[in-house]
Amino acid sequence: MNGVLLVSVLAVPAVGALVVALFPAHRDRTARQVAAAIAAVTFVLTVLLGVSRNATWFSYGAGVPSIRPWAELNVAWVPALTIDFHLGVDGLSYPLIVLTGLLTLLCCLYTVRTVPDGGPGRVLAALLLVLEVGIVGTFLALDLVLFFIFFEVVLLPMYAVIAGWGGLERRRAARKFVLYTLFGSVLLLLGVLTVVVAAGTGDMMALAGGLGLSTRTQYAAFALFAVAFAVKAPLWPLHTWLPDAHTEAPTVGSVILAGVLLKMGTYGLIRVGVGVAPLGAAWAAPVIGVLAVAAIVVGSLVCLRLTELKRLIAYSSVSHMGFVLLGIATLTVTGVQAALIGNVAHGVITGLLFFLAGAIKDRAHTGHLAALGGLRETAPRLAGLLGFAAIASLGLPGLAGFWGEAFAVLASVRRGGDLWIALAVIAALGGALTAAYFLRLLRRVTHGPAGPAVRDLPQPRVSGVEWAAWAPLVGLALAIGLAPALVLAATADPIAALTEVVR
Amino acid sequence: MTQPIDHAALLPLYAAAAAALLVLIADLVTGRRGPVIGTAAVGATVTAVAAAVSASRPATFCVGTACSWVPAPRAATVAVLFAGLTLGVLALSVPALRAGTAPAGEVCFLLVSSMTGGVVIGYAGDLITLIVGLETLTLPLYVLVGLRRFAPRERPTTAGASAAVTFLLVSVISTAIALLGAALLYASTGALHLALLHQATGPLAPLGTVGMSLVVIGFAFKVAAVPLHAWAPPTYDGAPLPIAAYLSTASKLGGVLALVAVVPRVDTGPLLAVLAVLTMTVGNLVALRQTRMVRLLAWSSVAQAGYILAPLVAGGSGVVAAIAYAGFFVVLELLAFGVVVALRPPGADGGEIVAYRGAARRSPWLGAAFVLALAGLAGLPPGLAGLFAKVTIVDSLIDTGWGWLAGVVAVNAVIALAYYIRVAAVPYAGPVGLAVADLRPPKLPVTWPVAAALVAAAGVAVVLGFAPQLLFNALS
Repeated sequence: MNGVLLVSVLAVPAVGALVVALFPAHRDRTARQVAAAIAAVTFVLTVLLGVSRNATWFSYGAGVPSIRPWAELNVAWVPALTIDFHLGVDGLSYPLIVLTGLLTLLCCLYTVRTVPDGGPGRVLAALLLVLEVGIVGTFLALDLVLFFIFFEVVLLPMYAVIAGWGGLERRRAARKFVLYTLFGSVLLLLGVLTVVVAAGTGDMMALAGGLGLSTRTQYAAFALFAVAFAVKAPLWPLHTWLPDAHTEAPTVGSVILAGVLLKMGTYGLIRVGVGVAPLGAAWAAPVIGVLAVAAIVVGSLVCLRLTELKRLIAYSSVSHMGFVLLGIATLTVTGVQAALIGNVAHGVITGLLFFLAGAIKDRAHTGHLAALGGLRETAPRLAGLLGFAAIASLGLPGLAGFWGEAFAVLASVRRGGDLWIALAVIAALGGALTAAYFLRLLRRVTHGPAGPAVRDLPQPRVSGVEWAAWAPLVGLALAIGLAPALVLAATADPIAALTEVVR
Repeated sequence: MTQPIDHAALLPLYAAAAAALLVLIADLVTGRRGPVIGTAAVGATVTAVAAAVSASRPATFCVGTACSWVPAPRAATVAVLFAGLTLGVLALSVPALRAGTAPAGEVCFLLVSSMTGGVVIGYAGDLITLIVGLETLTLPLYVLVGLRRFAPRERPTTAGASAAVTFLLVSVISTAIALLGAALLYASTGALHLALLHQATGPLAPLGTVGMSLVVIGFAFKVAAVPLHAWAPPTYDGAPLPIAAYLSTASKLGGVLALVAVVPRVDTGPLLAVLAVLTMTVGNLVALRQTRMVRLLAWSSVAQAGYILAPLVAGGSGVVAAIAYAGFFVVLELLAFGVVVALRPPGADGGEIVAYRGAARRSPWLGAAFVLALAGLAGLPPGLAGLFAKVTIVDSLIDTGWGWLAGVVAVNAVIALAYYIRVAAVPYAGPVGLAVADLRPPKLPVTWPVAAALVAAAGVAVVLGFAPQLLFNALS
């Protein structure tokens, strides 16, 4: 039963994408509605994965592998290359899988109403479903090579989304995105196969804790993994593809990219990097910590100077992912939990921010902050939502963004030692800069006299479809802020088992 | 002394040779296009079936323990591949044959003769049989490359003839080099059978090394490995499209098999490593700058030869990876050429890449097949076949301790994507500006043999993507 559920989470959107793409041109709108329905079914299936959870499975103790999935499926696939079709879900991956299901559903809903210029809407919807297959597959995979395969599945669909439906500079941005991320993923391939060849198996459950791998192999593998995932996450100084991709991508592309695609990098670092090569992780942790803090500070400083709305939100992602990576680098339970909740919170809030930025740009035909002044006068609801999302993003306690950042800093302080305390202090200052640039954004956009672009804003109201796409994100930002246990409920044990190996 | 010969083991060869003869007779007797093409197609199919049923026959033409004709699952699989490629190229030639740009009887006879050579390569158990097979594969191609009839009003070009001459000269030289190498090997070790081939020892050791290197270099010409690649781009571009497809699939596969036959016996790792690195890097870098479709595919196929050579540095333990990669590659390459044939008027060359603008918007299925093929060649989904090909190579290299070469392959995969994605995106580009709109050819009907070849190639690519184990099982 569990196996059927796991496969259907992947098969439903995969088959759905094919069906949607095959609709004739004159039934485009119907096709998009079908896509939304398929995304809804998939979302329900992802939520159901959690129901199969069985408390008796949670008997972690000494000598127990650090991955104990609630639901599992293991079928030999390509014995010649030691690839098993091994899927499973546990507390680490479950929140991200549900988030992927939710954001894909919201994007498909949004696409029913709004199709950006460039190509047929049904193809865009089909690509969103293919992206979902790749992302959910990455989170589900418990075989290293399978993980890599799903990791690669998202490359070309995301390229097509940016290059097909993006802004003026879309081709250049899309090419930059795909070449950068392919560079990351070939390094992942080298790392994965280094481990598989050395250990003779790609089973992540068997490999958990780096069992049977020499120190040297672990160092080499982790170095490859770290760079591979750092490109995806992205970690400063490998982040330069991100602002271009986001600025040019259509709204739904940005939402998926920021909301869940980047999480494949941080999730991979936790599950594959720390999970399979813990000694390498311990060895490289200070470097990642320093780069993560640099990302926080650089991202924030750049944001203070930017004048384009989507670019600013994109750079703020660099800064936020810096906090997530700092949490992982501490290699403590608190730190990794902070990373996990930071991941989910960033997905929810930045997804919302990109939806709003897209809506504003579509209406005003400009993303320049200077031209957007006075939005509160003409479109109070839109401005209010933007204010809410910005405040959630800057980490106000009680909203989702708070937990990840605060606890990443806390974990760094608790880790102790001069380096980590210094990193914590700088990261906290970076957090203050985050507040500074978001307040600057709000001052520019919502206050002041209305410019020409804003004064004659067509359709200043928020439409029904937009409410439907945004309300769940607003609700989640509040809910996770008030009850972080929603995300963290089942994570303590797997993370403890993961970090225990490092001590 | 009479030698017992197992004729059942020779069945694929008999089938292929008989098919070639029958095609010739059919052309003489009927003089019509349909029966000739039909005979060739049936002949190729029968050859594939014969190879499949005779896969487990004992070896024959034996002297002691060493044999000259060695049936094995791998040889049979390769023979099936050759037959399939010949069928595919035959189907892709149909529009040109109907338009009369080439005589049907000659084209079919030469293609099936070439297939006969390909079948021999897989089964060859000694160097002479191997080289004879390779030459039988190549010889008909000299003619096929230059075989082009022009309509009375049409302006004749010499592109085909000059391509054929280039190909002939280079190929003859490479054969001479390989033969010299084989002679030196025989002189130093006294062995011609592949099973008995070994590193020469004693005072003749240097001679053996030179001989081995010459054999490898001679065969490297055939796969168009850098620096022995210069003939490939002009030859591909000057040849008719279906023949270019055959050159870059079947002919290349023949070269790979010849290399695979000799490499496990002797240590040529460093030589092959240099060839592989140069081939993939130069091929990819030059492909970046190409503006003509077939030239780009030619350079990309040079680069692909580099990936195929890479696992052979480890000798025998890289053989399965190399053939598996070649298997994935020929299917995807045939699909890519098939789409090009379908998008161009009958008998036309590949043309400029910009001429394909908007093609996928007019013919969405062809666009999808093109993306499947090029993404696969770049080693990326949606077609998992190319992805598994990449994994196979890197896995084999890391497994045999050639990690740095795996790194080179990885970096090259990134460079290659830069041009594959450019070409794959062009058919989806909207018309901008009048100049490009003028270049656009009208939407052409796809003839059913071409469509069937495309469906078959795409089907095989998709099936291999989900079940690559099928190929690995067939090779071992």
